[in-house]
Formats: sequence, structure tokens, C-alpha cells
Amino acid sequence: MSGEYDVAVVGGGLLGSAIAWGLGRLGKKVAVLDEGDITKRASRANFALVWVQSKGLGMPAYTVWTVQASQAWGRLASELKQQTGLDVSLQQNGGFHLTLGEDEFGQRTELVTRMHNQTGAADYRMEMLSASEVKKSLPLIGPEVSGGSYCPLDGHVNSLRTFRAFHTGFRAFGIDYLPERPVSAISKSSGEFRLTTPKGELRAAKIVLAAGNANQTLAPMVGLYAPMGPTRGQIVVTERTMPFLPHPLTTIRQTDEGTVMIGDSKEDELDDRALKHSISAVMTDRAQRMFPHLSRLNVVRSWAGIRVMPQDGFPIYDQSETHPGAFVACCHSGVTLASNHAFEIARMVAEGALEPELVGAFSASRFGGAGAANDSGY
Amino acid sequence: MFKRSEQDKRPPVQIFVDGVAVAARQGDTVSAALLASSCDARRSTAVSGAPRLPYCMMGVCFDCLVTIDGVGNRQGCLVPVAEGMQIEIQKGKREIGR
Repeated sequence: MSGEYDVAVVGGGLLGSAIAWGLGRLGKKVAVLDEGDITKRASRANFALVWVQSKGLGMPAYTVWTVQASQAWGRLASELKQQTGLDVSLQQNGGFHLTLGEDEFGQRTELVTRMHNQTGAADYRMEMLSASEVKKSLPLIGPEVSGGSYCPLDGHVNSLRTFRAFHTGFRAFGIDYLPERPVSAISKSSGEFRLTTPKGELRAAKIVLAAGNANQTLAPMVGLYAPMGPTRGQIVVTERTMPFLPHPLTTIRQTDEGTVMIGDSKEDELDDRALKHSISAVMTDRAQRMFPHLSRLNVVRSWAGIRVMPQDGFPIYDQSETHPGAFVACCHSGVTLASNHAFEIARMVAEGALEPELVGAFSASRFGGAGAANDSGY
Repeated sequence: MFKRSEQDKRPPVQIFVDGVAVAARQGDTVSAALLASSCDARRSTAVSGAPRLPYCMMGVCFDCLVTIDGVGNRQGCLVPVAEGMQIEIQKGKREIGR
């Protein structure tokens, strides 16, 4: 395999796909190097929220970035619809985080107060609501619900269809999607990058590392740094039922086609082949206490997946000083931030430099080479 | 749709389909009884609303979904009929609380 590309994007999950699509949209000649079906894909563990509330404690710039993404999602959905005919079912009418019992309500209230007190953060109008106020929007909540927080910017989307729309868009933009090509080495000579894969070498003027947890290994090959730790999440899905949940929750949402997704687990575990039923049991128990009628529904699928978690929980966007033209992108919220990746990150990569006023806060230089605490709200 | 064999001497069981009395036979599954009746047993699917009838009759295809005694999304091909059973042809997604 040989050929010259303007940009090679390493990683074909939601993050890499959004950036590649955005580059194709700008007329760049793009290749996406992906692994195969059985690789540990973070996209597989997505929960499809386009989510704002509670994000960014400890990094005000992340609230600004997240609000921008939320506001740009409508444009992304409409461009994808126009290009591919696929409706990604974006719904942004506000979202809830429900609490069970008074302790949880107190803890959430404290978090909302801390978010409001943070200077330099975008005000995303997150507020606490009593159980009776929540009930006006979510009439089927159970008696144990003590209230919750609400943010009018929150929403969700059909993430599978979004992924399909990006890949359909690849064909329209002439982007080469190249699976079964894990990158084992990257070098730069005569002003271009050479990427080694099992199916041959590929050459590109620029590269974007969007390979999830594999970025940890790839980044140092081009003078970049991507400190991350994978986490494991489980998801439970019920059979389809009539619409009952007009707003998404942090832990429960009803898809546009009627299934109910439940997923709020997080573990430091790397095996995604088996489920822990004790964890699914806690998740489904909490879901039934929030919405008692869910107890009648059958569970039709559940699975575990490995998610990407940068060391302090916030995204990493960086460009190499030693290898100009090499960029790295890592984040936990690949769905929420897809619009920023498609429009802003792609634009900056195409222009050749990340803009400090937009994404300077997300440089890996913040780690200073040492460890950092995760206080991001995840 | 189907005609019962004259050699089938199993005792009758009365069920109700959307409120109408239907004669089934002991040992019928709900799906078999529906197919053997003169009822329009077509459900409509949860997403597109396309019409469907029981297909595999062995618990695999889920095209026999039906509301039985007030519980939605039951697989009719796996449930034997019982005297007085109330069957509703399910149109679309399972209802909340049913």
C-alpha cells in the first residue's frame, strides 16, 4: 500500500471518524487507519448522551468547550442529514440527573453550587429541582426519587446512526477507510509521515492520532504525550416500549426507537469479554427505583466496553513540536464533542496549528510529565 | 388461514382475541391458535409498523409478539393456551405498565 494523503487519521472510532469527516468536508485527501472488529473500541461503550451538566469542575475551559459542542450539534446533525439522508435523531430539550434519597440530593446540590462558584466557566444553567418539580417533566418517577439536577442544554442522539452517517459521508468525500491496519511505527522523512501497518506503509503530510487508549503508545513515536487510563463500563438495554421518558438522564435514556438504555457503571478493569451481574443488578435496581414501571420490561441485551479516560478526565488535544504536522486527540466524551471534532479540530488540523485560545487548555503540557488527580466529574 | 385436521380430537379451550371468543384446542400455543382462527392476527412492528405474523414458531424470531392477559411483548409461540385467556393483537411498541 502506498499513496499520498493530506492527512492520515489513526483510529476509526467515533472520535477519529468525526475528525476525518470534518477534514473530508474541507476537501482534504484523508485516510482513516482502523483496527478490526474485535479490537477494544471505546465507541462500543458509548451512552449516546450529548451532555453538558456537571462537566468541567476543575477546568473552566472544558465547560466552554462542552457548551460549544452542544450548541454546534444541531449543525452537525443537519449537515449529516443533508449529505447522507440519515436522521441521527438529535434531541436537545434538556436532561436530568435524578437522585434517590436525601443524601444523594444533598451531594448533588453541593456539586451544583461548586459548579456555579467556578470562575471562568460557561454558565450552563444547571439547577436543582425538587421531586415534585421533576415530576412535572417526568411524571412516572417513583416515590424514592428525591429530586435532581436539570440542565436545559443536555440532550442525546442516535449514536449508531451518527457513526453510520460519518462512514457514509466518508464515501461521499472520497475518504479512504482502511480497516485491519493497526499502526506499529511512525517516522517522518522528507517532510512526510510514514506509518507502518501489517498491510504496508502509508504516507501522509499530517497525522492525527485518534486511537483511543492506543494513543498512549503511538503519541511518543512523534514527540507527543497522552497519559490515559482505560475504564470499563456496562450497559443494559430493554425491549422496546412506548415513549415514557421525554428527557434523557445521566444513567437512563429511551432511544428514538423505544429501547431503554441503562448504564452508569465505571470500573478499573480491562476485560470487556464478560459481564459482572452484580454491577448490572445495581444499575437496574436504581433504574427501577427511579421508574418503577421498568420492572415489567425484559432486558434484551447487555454488554461491557472499555472507555477512554485521560489521566485527569479532561480531553487532550495537542500538536507535536518535534514532529510538526502530528496531532493527538483523546477524550472520554466522543459523542458530545463530535461536533467540535468535526468542525473545530478538523479545521485547525487542516490549517496546520491548534489555536491556543480555543484548545490551549487541553494541551498535555498541563500534566507536566507527572500524574494528576481526576476531578473532572466523570 | 390454516385448517385443523379432522383427526385432531383434543378437547376445546375457549380463549378471547380482542374480546371475541375463539375456540382453541388443548395444547395449542397462542400463536397456533391465532393462526388456526379466522382472526386477523397481524401485529405491527415496534419501529416501522410493518405487519407481521408468527413465523418460526420456536421462540427465535419474536415475530409472534402479543399481549397476553395484560402483559405485552409475550412470545405467543411459547405460551400454551388456557381457558379464558385474554389475547390482544399488539400494535406497535409494548405499552407502559403492561
